[in-house]
Amino acid sequence: MASNGNRDTARERYETREYDVLIVGAGGAGLRAAVAATENGLSVGIVTKSLLGKAHTVMAEGGIAASLGNVDPADGWQTHFMDTMKSGKFINNWRTAEIFAKEAPDRVYELEQWGALFNRTPEGKISQRPFGAHTYRRLCHVGDRTGLELIRTMQEKVLATDAEVYMETTITKLLKSGDRVVGALAYTRENGKFIHFKAKAVVMATGGWGRIFKVTSNSWEGTGDGVVLAYDAGAELVDMEMMQFHPTGMVWPPGVRGLLVTEGVRGEGGLLRNSEGDRYMENYDPERMELSSRDVVARANYTEVQEGRGSPHGGVYLDITHLGYDGIMNKLPTMHEQFLKLADIDISKEPMEVFPTVHYTMGGIKTDPETGASNVPGLFAAGEVAGGLHGANRLGGNSLSDLLVFGRRAGEGASAYVKESVHSSDIAEGEVLTEIGRVLEPLKKQGEGESPYLMQQELQEAMMEHANLMRTGDSLKEGLGKVLGLKDRLANMKVQGSRLFNPGWHTAQDIRYLIQISEIIIRTALERTERRGAQWRLDFDGPDDELGRVNFIVKKDEQGEVGIQKREIPPMPEHLASLFEDKVVDMAGGEKRGAESQF
Amino acid sequence: MDSNSAEQKDMASKAHADVHADEKAAANGKTAKLRIFRGDSGGGELVDYELPLVEGMVVLDAVLYVQAHQAGDLAVRWNCKAAHCGSCSAEINGKPRLLCKTRIEEFDGGEIQVHPLKAFPVIKDLVSDISWNYQVSKGIKPFTSDEQAPFTMYEEDVERLYEPKKCIECFMCQDVCHVLRTHHKHAEFAGPRFFVRNQWLEMHPMDNQDRLHDLKEDNGLGLCNITKCCTEVCPVDIHITDNSIIPLKERVADEYYDPAKWLMRKIRGNRGSRNGAAARNGSRNGN
Amino acid sequence: MSSIAAAWKRLPWWVEPMAVVFALTAFGIYSLTIVVFYPGVFQEYVSPFYSPEVGRPDWLPWFITAPVLILWIPLGFRATCYYYRKAYYRAFFWDPPACQAKAQQLDRPWARSTESYKGERALFVLNNIHRYFLYATIMVVAFLWYEAFLTVFTPDGFQITVASLLWFLNIVLVSAYTFSCHSFRHLVGGNKDCYSCIRGGNVRRKTYNFVSRLNTRHPQWAWYSLVSLLATDIYLRLMQAGVITDFPIIGG
Ligand SMILES: Cc1cc2nc3c(=O)[nH]c(=O)nc-3n(C[C@H](O)[C@H](O)[C@H](O)COP(=O)(O)OP(=O)(O)OC[C@H]3O[C@@H](n4cnc5c(N)ncnc54)[C@H](O)[C@@H]3O)c2cc1C
Ligand code: SF4
Ligand code: SF4
Ligand code: FES
Ligand code: FES
Repeated sequence: MASNGNRDTARERYETREYDVLIVGAGGAGLRAAVAATENGLSVGIVTKSLLGKAHTVMAEGGIAASLGNVDPADGWQTHFMDTMKSGKFINNWRTAEIFAKEAPDRVYELEQWGALFNRTPEGKISQRPFGAHTYRRLCHVGDRTGLELIRTMQEKVLATDAEVYMETTITKLLKSGDRVVGALAYTRENGKFIHFKAKAVVMATGGWGRIFKVTSNSWEGTGDGVVLAYDAGAELVDMEMMQFHPTGMVWPPGVRGLLVTEGVRGEGGLLRNSEGDRYMENYDPERMELSSRDVVARANYTEVQEGRGSPHGGVYLDITHLGYDGIMNKLPTMHEQFLKLADIDISKEPMEVFPTVHYTMGGIKTDPETGASNVPGLFAAGEVAGGLHGANRLGGNSLSDLLVFGRRAGEGASAYVKESVHSSDIAEGEVLTEIGRVLEPLKKQGEGESPYLMQQELQEAMMEHANLMRTGDSLKEGLGKVLGLKDRLANMKVQGSRLFNPGWHTAQDIRYLIQISEIIIRTALERTERRGAQWRLDFDGPDDELGRVNFIVKKDEQGEVGIQKREIPPMPEHLASLFEDKVVDMAGGEKRGAESQF
Repeated sequence: MDSNSAEQKDMASKAHADVHADEKAAANGKTAKLRIFRGDSGGGELVDYELPLVEGMVVLDAVLYVQAHQAGDLAVRWNCKAAHCGSCSAEINGKPRLLCKTRIEEFDGGEIQVHPLKAFPVIKDLVSDISWNYQVSKGIKPFTSDEQAPFTMYEEDVERLYEPKKCIECFMCQDVCHVLRTHHKHAEFAGPRFFVRNQWLEMHPMDNQDRLHDLKEDNGLGLCNITKCCTEVCPVDIHITDNSIIPLKERVADEYYDPAKWLMRKIRGNRGSRNGAAARNGSRNGN
Repeated sequence: MSSIAAAWKRLPWWVEPMAVVFALTAFGIYSLTIVVFYPGVFQEYVSPFYSPEVGRPDWLPWFITAPVLILWIPLGFRATCYYYRKAYYRAFFWDPPACQAKAQQLDRPWARSTESYKGERALFVLNNIHRYFLYATIMVVAFLWYEAFLTVFTPDGFQITVASLLWFLNIVLVSAYTFSCHSFRHLVGGNKDCYSCIRGGNVRRKTYNFVSRLNTRHPQWAWYSLVSLLATDIYLRLMQAGVITDFPIIGG
């Protein structure tokens, strides 16, 4: 083994595994990409930080959006496309949205073909429920556990292929040869063994980064590893300022603060009321009321509480009691259980208390809509970690179909790339050893050090305070100062214990990603000086037409700093642009208000 | 909390302030005591921890508090914190439970002992090596259909499949099942979780595979003596024994233990009628 | 009710298996004793144990009384019932006696080794015969209904007495137990994957759903019917012995 001078790591042994395609992440996107690549006859390795079937995808409740038109025959891809663009305030990649809307129905049917079971209509078709800002009833669902159905189906599909799954294994770095990505380094959480994955192509499907905030619906996994790994490898990121706050998270008891209350509750007719008993959505979006887009409802809930019309625990009331016990057990059984068990509330008798919670990241790795390729050769991305489809605000249910549509495309894209390429995936051994050394640092640090848990809390609190769903320039700058301060302290981190399943050590790895992403979010949020979708600058009035025509692209610059570039969005081609002209009268109500009104 | 402050910055940080107010209000000086298994495959012991009790706290909150403040290397699995993902299974006072769904208050200040799942090798602290389950899963014939989606399938035909589909793969049923836990039949027995999976596969109107032979021979359905511990622990209330295992046992009996059925098959010389597949073909689908 | 259930849960784990051992043993001894040693028919009513009446060939050994010729059906039905199987595997074989970690740690002195466990693969594979006991029991139950009606439509005209009420209660509970049987559930619909694909599917689905609902209480039916059987038998016996006189409600 070649020595790089560091005696500690020189002795460090690691395994080497080789695949055509390495997939990072076993959520819906990663698993769908894996199926595509194995169908192309390639060898596939899948790496996931947790166990198979436990990624965020399993928590999705509401449903998967696709314009099947089973209950509203008028629905079609055009309407789905328009809803997606309008909700994204037109900074989405229109080509991505077009492909998405056109292919989503196929992906849903494909799930059914693979054994997924959705609720049925009386005609024996897949049933669809209404959701916020979707023109038609469009969300295919099974009760309120659609994500479980999706991930279990994909998981069983993948288990039936030759793909090899590395559970509880964390990727820490993408390895490059020249300008190509040719593999990655990983360690196993169980015992801290290192694995060098050689791969002709890597697909990033690591999900979002909700964990940068304290109140979040995300699990410990949502630390945005993929986006930072890609950024470090030279990939361009897009729309990083756009974080989605879900309007309805739990507020009480404190331990569950931020846990998601599915939009399905509103889809099934749930009503929002303030402490005075008013259905206040009338004042924010009288057209769509509770089923307005998430950014609007989240700000409405937030404002009601700020203006003193909140519930005792600082939320608003979400009432579904009129559905009755049977209706609730049929359509929202998980929610019923969740409130009964965790908050002692029977939602068939009492309203829930809810408040916005960090939920989803619209931005991410900039990808080619057709193939999921990033600007770095050999690096592909799909799912929540990729950006472009959702623009300034994601519609409920659009994520699950996103995972499948672009998971498949990234898998196909990577396969095509692998089949054409002749490059070797060898790299200099020294590089592996240096990285191993870096990963082990917090364990080896002597003397005093900082706890990764407490640093994480500090960061989460800073982001809550300065980059919340209402932002100001001054507060953002103050937040940036705090984040950069934390960045400087990264090297002080020290963890106790050994490499054997040591969460302290694992957290120490995640923190780097959290801090880097926070910096990027704040910097891009400072650039977008307007109110658009999820980015809401209190120090600016309304949307800025100029900024509505650009995306902010982030790329690591030569000095290793965050480079931000304003990039013009190419105009929509005629066949898409004309859709909006035809329907101008139809859509006027909700749309205009969405773009112009305060909320 | 005073609400008339119009300062933008203040508004932007209010939510944050609220979080703290809640926690402070909830803490009120009480403490929770926990005994957590610390150790690895080589053995270990119960270690006592004490921490501030917050209203509504679940055992997982307490374990994570200990992790953040007292024992940074305390190993535990969790993801959703909402009983959706099935990661946080462990044994509380000798019974498999989800850590995120078990309230501290439930124990009325009594002892709370937390152990890892024991039917599988312990890795460290509250984490066991459950990878065996995924191998079993890989061995089950996946869903396969002759029909082309979109299926025309009626609610009344699939309503009983929703129950087994609820499974969150917490593997607590596997942990409590004496066939695995006491008798170590991991090589011959698939365990309740996978009978649940086999049940929906077998009862799915569009599936065309026959898994009865596998169930009898490879999955060891006969080793289950229907003593129902699995049903007792399932966190999503799947009636594993009544609705998955026994119906499968009945189907296996149809195929292998029923002399009259056997004779009838001999006379008629077909085996396909079991699924009603003949009746199904072309009748409901393909429009 | 829920507090009783809660209190029951708080008892040590061995209480339940021991209670089952006691109840089943007592019932077994009682029923065997009476059918072998007191095979009489009462004046007006027959004990449900002795129904239906069958002719007894003389060459049978003394302990095979007429009731014994019938009794093997319900006994076999119960012995192979999925619920009673659970009950005796737990209570008599301690495999496992209960689900808690502590209960499962116990070494069963009679087991050669923990690995020698065969479950329902060796001897107990015979329990798969359950469905045949079901078919036979359904016939017995039909006779019991007939007998129950005889208790009200007597040769002296229509009457309802406490005894006949007991008879009816018993037969209702026995029927609930019989028709909540897992094998019956399988027979009526559990063996079909698609109701809308078969003729008469809708009726089968409805029957299946009804049986499924009954089935969730199968263990309760098992115990209630056992108790009512015993109660009816004892009541009739006391009546015959002259300890009590039957109380007429209507007619008689
Ligand atoms: C509570 C909740 C409810 C939701 N409800 C809905 C809904 O109703 N409808 C809808 O459309 N969307 C919903 N969403 C959003 C949607 O579920 C997610 O956006 C989506 O599941 C993300 O999928 P993914 O495949 O991109 O990533 P994930 O499912 O997040 O998976 C990420 C994977 O990457 C792995 N990974 C991460 N970092 C590393 C690393 N460094 N090394 C190795 N592996 C790594 C993780 O282990 C994991 O396997 C919901 C989200 C949440 C949290
Ligand atoms: S019923 Fe069968 S599978 Fe379930 S715990 Fe008992 S023996 Fe195991
Ligand atoms: S059947 Fe129930 S107990 Fe078993 S793994 Fe699934 S959810 Fe867990
Ligand atoms: S953390 Fe997901 S089930 Fe407990
Ligand atoms: S299962 Fe109990 S009688 Fe058939």
